[in-house]
Parts: sequence; structure tokens; C-alpha cells
Amino acid sequence: MTREPILKGRNLVKRYGKVTALDHCDFDLYPGEILAVIGDNGAGKSTLIKAVSGAVAPDEGDIFLDGKKINFTSPIDARAAGIETVYQTLAMSPALSIADNMFMGRELRKPGFMGKVMRQLDRPAMEKFARAKLNELGLMTIQNINQAVETLSGGQRQGVAVARAAAFGSKVIILDEPTAALGVKESRRVLELILDVRSRGIPIVLISHNMPHVFEVADRVHVHRLGKRLCIIDPKRHSMSDAVAYMTGAKVPEDMNEFA
Amino acid sequence: MAADAHQAKHFEEGLKGASETVAEFHETKSPLKRIQHWLHQTPSAVPMIVLVAALIVFGLLSDNFFKAATLSTILQQIAIVGILGCAQTVVILTAGIDLSVGAIAVFSSVLMGQMSFRYGIPAELSILIGLALGTGMGAINGLLIAFLKLPPFIVTLGTWQVLLASNFIYSANETIRSADVKESAPALQLWGLSIQPGGVRVLFAVFLLIVLVAIMAYVLRQTAWGRHVYAVGDDPEAAALAGVKTRAVLVQVYALAGFFCAIAGWVMIGRFGSVSPTASTGQLGNIQSITAVVIGGISLFGGRGSIVGMFFGALIVGVFEMGLRLVGTDPQWTFFLIGVLIIFAVGVDQWIRKAAA
Repeated sequence: MTREPILKGRNLVKRYGKVTALDHCDFDLYPGEILAVIGDNGAGKSTLIKAVSGAVAPDEGDIFLDGKKINFTSPIDARAAGIETVYQTLAMSPALSIADNMFMGRELRKPGFMGKVMRQLDRPAMEKFARAKLNELGLMTIQNINQAVETLSGGQRQGVAVARAAAFGSKVIILDEPTAALGVKESRRVLELILDVRSRGIPIVLISHNMPHVFEVADRVHVHRLGKRLCIIDPKRHSMSDAVAYMTGAKVPEDMNEFA
Repeated sequence: MAADAHQAKHFEEGLKGASETVAEFHETKSPLKRIQHWLHQTPSAVPMIVLVAALIVFGLLSDNFFKAATLSTILQQIAIVGILGCAQTVVILTAGIDLSVGAIAVFSSVLMGQMSFRYGIPAELSILIGLALGTGMGAINGLLIAFLKLPPFIVTLGTWQVLLASNFIYSANETIRSADVKESAPALQLWGLSIQPGGVRVLFAVFLLIVLVAIMAYVLRQTAWGRHVYAVGDDPEAAALAGVKTRAVLVQVYALAGFFCAIAGWVMIGRFGSVSPTASTGQLGNIQSITAVVIGGISLFGGRGSIVGMFFGALIVGVFEMGLRLVGTDPQWTFFLIGVLIIFAVGVDQWIRKAAA
């Protein structure tokens, strides 16, 4: 494969005290693909994702975006670079409205004096944008965009979080267990949403424990084990039981890099 | 292999024919739910209702209550607590608490006075120095809380004592007499001046309080910074992941609280005339401001409530004190009723939270 990865990690190391969460781990995400990251609990998936999304600074190793070395010190840096992450916890403020949450940390201000000097938020513009994005993703029929997030169901909250990432993520979208808390119907919607985002050319990193979901949407599957990338497998050529066997150590892949 | 995936899709075929809409918003219909929803959106409604009810009751009980002079006195008496309440509001919105507000206010007022009288600095400049030092004291609280991750209760319990003691040591317990202040540093007494439309005396301090509440209501509601204050109080980790600089917000919040306390210190000189290190605000300011905030419907758990509610809360305390005095009851009833109100307010807060989910 001659394409250059859009997001690349090399030799990433992260230690928490005596625990090595990332042990010289590599990571590659190619343009336009859905890369699933699977691994057993404690394999270091979350740390890997936090490292590439700026939430955690790796102790060693380099991360490249579009071939350029980057050094994120906070999720804000990663966001500014076009990497949006939907965390498992969703990172939303329950008491604030949908619109407030979608624009948290990147609020729009009114033009002219009111915005520049009085720092007034442009609420109508933010509400219109939030409504448009939610509708565009076909996620919901909104009656009140000023509704507090805590009044939404789990699926609705997930929808708002994915819509936020899809609305602002220009380069990469990272989804951490997006369907873990959802029902069958809502999971289906989120999977459709993921495919929809890919069809717009934005690559996605999908962290999930749900093998049927992973095998349905992923183009490649990154199997994480003991803090590093064990192998990358093609979901069309491997079965779910193979994947589970690799990630739990029950089986050793013959060719570590067959599809890297 | 592929059969696996087929299998996976298979079980979802049962979905066909199910409703296609996901995540529709259902308006709640029952009247009680509607009240809950309304209170959720309008957190200052409860204290406003209590305030109006108190005004009506005292108006009926006492003929003198609805006189302009009475109402102006109430406003006058809540000026300092109200300004401290502005400080306490921003702090409590971040799920913090500031026990040092009274100490910062008294120490700032003493510093303003001593700058003028000990070092001969012009009064206007002394005031600026006092405001800056008050802001600095608040910033120290903020730095300890944001960077050393110490609990706000402990940090401000400590700085309350440290600042109050520093205040006594620095001032050598000396009061600057009102007449002296009036003669050589009248700017210190600015907020004690008044206008008298139709013979009713309204202190500048009252206007200052209203303007500060209005400004903060705007800042908290209409600016990104204000939304960040709520987000930090609501769920600090979520706020940080969403891109809010939570530590910077915390330091700014405590520094702003310190600034408001220093303003309250300046107003104290206007209200009392003299500059006194032993003013009771140093000991009671924190409890009084927390009372106004809690009765005002601001959640002690952070992220909920409005500063207008705090203003109503302070007014309720003022109305109870004045009303019960006019009716001629034992003044202890004031504290009795305020205690009941505090518990009621926190109960309502919990109810709204439950209803919201």
C-alpha cells in the first residue's frame, strides 16, 4: 500500500507509574477509511486514542498528521488540527442546552460591536447551525434546541455528540464505543451515521467491543494487545472469532502485517 | 467470516416495520412535569415567587411596610451582602465555595484606608490598589484550587483565617474614624452617598449592586466565558474534553470573586463611614452570601442557577428582617425562617434535578 496515512503514530509509549499502557505502539489511519480498534480490557486502546486525540501526551514516540509531526498538549490542539473525538462519556454538560454543548469551547460571537467588545454570543446563528447539523444527519426531529442535554435519552445524547464531531471534524473523527450504551435501533442509526460520515471522505477511528458492528462497517481492524498493535486484519478475510482469538491471545496471527 | 457478518445483520431484520424515527423529543404533558420543566429553565422563579409572597404578607401585616423609605432601607441593607453574593455566585456555579469572601472584603477595605492614611497615597489610587489586592487574594484561592487540586472548602477555610488574621495584624486593630475619612479621603465613602428623589434616600451602593448583578447576568448568560463557568461546575471533565480551559476558568472565577469582595469592602467604608478591621462582615460575610445564593436557587453542586436568583435571595433575607421587625416579633424568628427557607430551597433544587432526568 503506497498511500500515506493521514494520521500516523510511531513507537508511542505511555506509562502510568509502573503500568505501561502503551508499549512502542504504532498506529495508521488512511484517508477515507473506517479503522476499527479492538482489544481486550486494559490492552491500552483508550490510552492510544487519548494520545492521538491530544487528551494524553505520550512519553515517547511521534504522531504525524498529514505527514507533519504534531505535538498536541490538549484536546483543543487536536480539535484545531481537525481531529474530533466522541468520548465514551460524551463530554457534554448535562445542564446546558444542545446548542451550548455543540459549541462548547468554540462559541460564535455576534459580529460588530456586540461581539467584539461586549463578547456577546450569537445564539440565533449557533441554534440554526446546531439544528441544521442534527437534521442533516437525520438524527432527530428537534422541537427545542435549547433543551438541556440531561433531558435527552442516551441515544439522543450520543446523536448530539456524534453530530458535534461530524459538524466540526475536518480531518479525522474518533468514536470511542459509540454504540455501547445504545439500543438496537439507535445503534443502527449511529452505524448509518458513521458510514455517512465516511462517504463524505472523512476517515473514522472506531473503538468498539461490538464485533458485529466492527465487522460490518470497518475497512481494516487494528487489533490491540498488551499495549501495542498486534496485527491489522481485513474484516472480509477474517472471522470475528479469529479477531477475538487474536485480541485475547488465544491465537497468534501468522502474518503480523498482512494488511498494514 | 462473511457469514458471521451476515448473521450479525440477520437479527436486526426484526427491525423492519418498526418506527423509523429515532430520538424524538416528547413534550411532557402533565402539569407537575411542566412546572418542573419551567423551573428547570427558569431557576430564579422560585425565589421570585417567595419574594413576592413575602412582600404581600408583610404588606398586609404592617401598614408601614409598603413605604418607599422602608423598601429603600431594605435595599440599602442588602447592598454589601448582595455584592458578596455576586462573588459567591460565580464560585458556587463552578461547584466551589468561598468562605473567605468576608475576610477579603474587610482586608481590602482596611488596605484601601491604610494606603491613604499610612502612606499618604491619593484615595482614588488607594482604591485601585485595594481592588487589585482583593483580586490577587481571590486569585490565590483560585491557584490553590485549580493547580494544587485542593478542595475549595478547605482552601477558603484556610485563607479566611489567614486573611482575617493578616487584616488584624496589619491594621494593628486600629479603626480609621469616619470624620477623618470624610475630611482627607472622601472617595472612600463614595458608595455611602445618596440621591433623594421625592425625599426617599437611595444609596449609590444600591445602584452599584443592581448594575453589578445586571452585568454578571449578561456575562454568565450571553458570553462564552459565562457558559464555560456553568460547564466547569456541571462536569469539569466533560468541559475539559470539550475544549474548556477549566483551570484558567477556575482561577479567573476566584480572582473575579476577590475583585467583587474588594468592591464590597469599598462599599463597606461608604456604609459605615469608618474603616474598621473588626467589621462583622469578616466573620459573617461568607455565611450571609452563601445564604443568599442558596435561597436564590443556585445549586451548591454547581452548574445551575442564575445570579438574578441570588439577588432575589438577598432581597428575601432583607424583607424578612425588615418585615418581622416592623411586625414586632422576636428577631430570632428571622433566623428561624431563613433556616427553613434554606432547606426548602435545597429541596426544590434536588426536585428539579430529579425531574430533569
